[in-house]
Amino acid sequence: MSGAPILRVDRVHKAFGALAVLHDVSLEVRRGETVVIIGPSGSGKTTLLRCINHLERIDGGRIEVNGHPVGYRPGRGGSLREETPRNIARQREDIGFVFQRFNLFPHMTAVENVCLGPVRVRGVDRAEARRRAEELLERVGLADKRDAHPSQLSGGQQQRVAIARALAMRPALMLFDEPTSALDPEMVGEVIEVMRELADEGMTMVVVSHEMAFAKTAADRIVVMDDGAIVDEGPPERIFSDAAGARTREFLARIV
Amino acid sequence: MPQLGAFDWHTFRDLVFQPSHPWLVGLWTTVYVSVLAQAFGVALGLVVELVRRSRRAPLRAAAGLYVWLLRGTPLLVQLVLVYNGLAALGLFRFRDFSLAGLSVPGVIQAGIITLAINESAYMAEIIRASINSVDRGQMEAAESIGMTRGRAMRFVVLPQAVRIMIPPLGNEFNNMMKVTSLLSVIGVEELFLNAQELNSTTFRTFEIFLAAAVYYLALTTIWGFIQSWIERRLAARSGEVRTGGIGRRLFGSGAGLEIGAARGAR
Repeated sequence: MSGAPILRVDRVHKAFGALAVLHDVSLEVRRGETVVIIGPSGSGKTTLLRCINHLERIDGGRIEVNGHPVGYRPGRGGSLREETPRNIARQREDIGFVFQRFNLFPHMTAVENVCLGPVRVRGVDRAEARRRAEELLERVGLADKRDAHPSQLSGGQQQRVAIARALAMRPALMLFDEPTSALDPEMVGEVIEVMRELADEGMTMVVVSHEMAFAKTAADRIVVMDDGAIVDEGPPERIFSDAAGARTREFLARIV
Repeated sequence: MPQLGAFDWHTFRDLVFQPSHPWLVGLWTTVYVSVLAQAFGVALGLVVELVRRSRRAPLRAAAGLYVWLLRGTPLLVQLVLVYNGLAALGLFRFRDFSLAGLSVPGVIQAGIITLAINESAYMAEIIRASINSVDRGQMEAAESIGMTRGRAMRFVVLPQAVRIMIPPLGNEFNNMMKVTSLLSVIGVEELFLNAQELNSTTFRTFEIFLAAAVYYLALTTIWGFIQSWIERRLAARSGEVRTGGIGRRLFGSGAGLEIGAARGAR
């Protein structure tokens, strides 16, 4: 793995009221890398992911995607001011986000879900967007479901459509927020399979997940969070061995 | 002259089945005034609600004040203020105007405008509740593919809110058709004023107003059918009712909603 960092999280601080949920979190992800974030619930994994595409504001530090700060721009005297809504929206075009609960648009068919961003945001020609959406649905194994509404799809199918919807924007970076946690166990595999293929094709991915099998086999690097901070970081071979830090071993012992 | 004091079945029957020309004109006035007032009320209500969601506090406050004033004062008072009050002050007088050969009397313009403004305050509340009941994840998902809040509202949130809006909106329109009778106070020749005028010459009070009631009931009943047709169509469009069998419509309505919603999610 080489190349410039696509994502740079630099000493990010975030609090909900008096409760600090992220303190001093720094993380770099290079092009093509797959990073899996693990850790106990409430450790700040999801919040960190949501900060990266500015679904949450940050209270300190800096997040850059492709070298550009996300959500903020330099203000007077070196302070950071929040970006305009239009610019924030533009920055998000390059950051795909897959939600735990899919959040497909229920009033649209699968193919319409995938087309919406390209047509309404990127201004892609409708026929062209549709052709590409059908390709993407085929890639996630749902070519035959393109005219189905989300309510007619299983959870695993919905999540694969959601992945296709994010990919349709041709993002530089894909964020996955516990993509299999809301699924029945028998549907986890089909979603993991799609994510593994994406990782193999060189997509840059940051995945918050409890799927240790995926973390072990697909991750280039594993980040362990606890209490709003990164407590350990390294290749899966080390994280899943006795060489890992004490808190990592403690967490892994609890979940296995 | 028929004997007073006993219900005159013939008069009633003729009023219902052989309505006079002015009666039918009154009926038509009731219908088109309610349709226009409701349509403008919905459009204006949407604008008011979007302003209430503005990022600028003074705009939010102004829209809040608007809703508070209109919901807090009687429609009858608003009607008299707009039509008679403004004219009495010499501020504004509604004049008859004609468009493409159709003449719209000033008093009807005043009626439609006041009803629409009054309705917009209630519609703003309904639209607010509908928007709020759309899952917050929908806005986030739309934002995550690079949509601004405005676009997300237009393409993702509002289309879903509309479905939630239809039942209370149907209620509002049902009410609107009946509330147009208040326009009789400022002199709009709608169904109720017609009945009143007929009553003042024939004194067949019970028969006349019962016939008027039958007409209002017919209007609201027809609307009830139209509303359920709209609801079915919107449900079908979001893939929730797969087969539109008539038996299912009659005996098992709404079952399609639950089937898909919870599937796959734990």
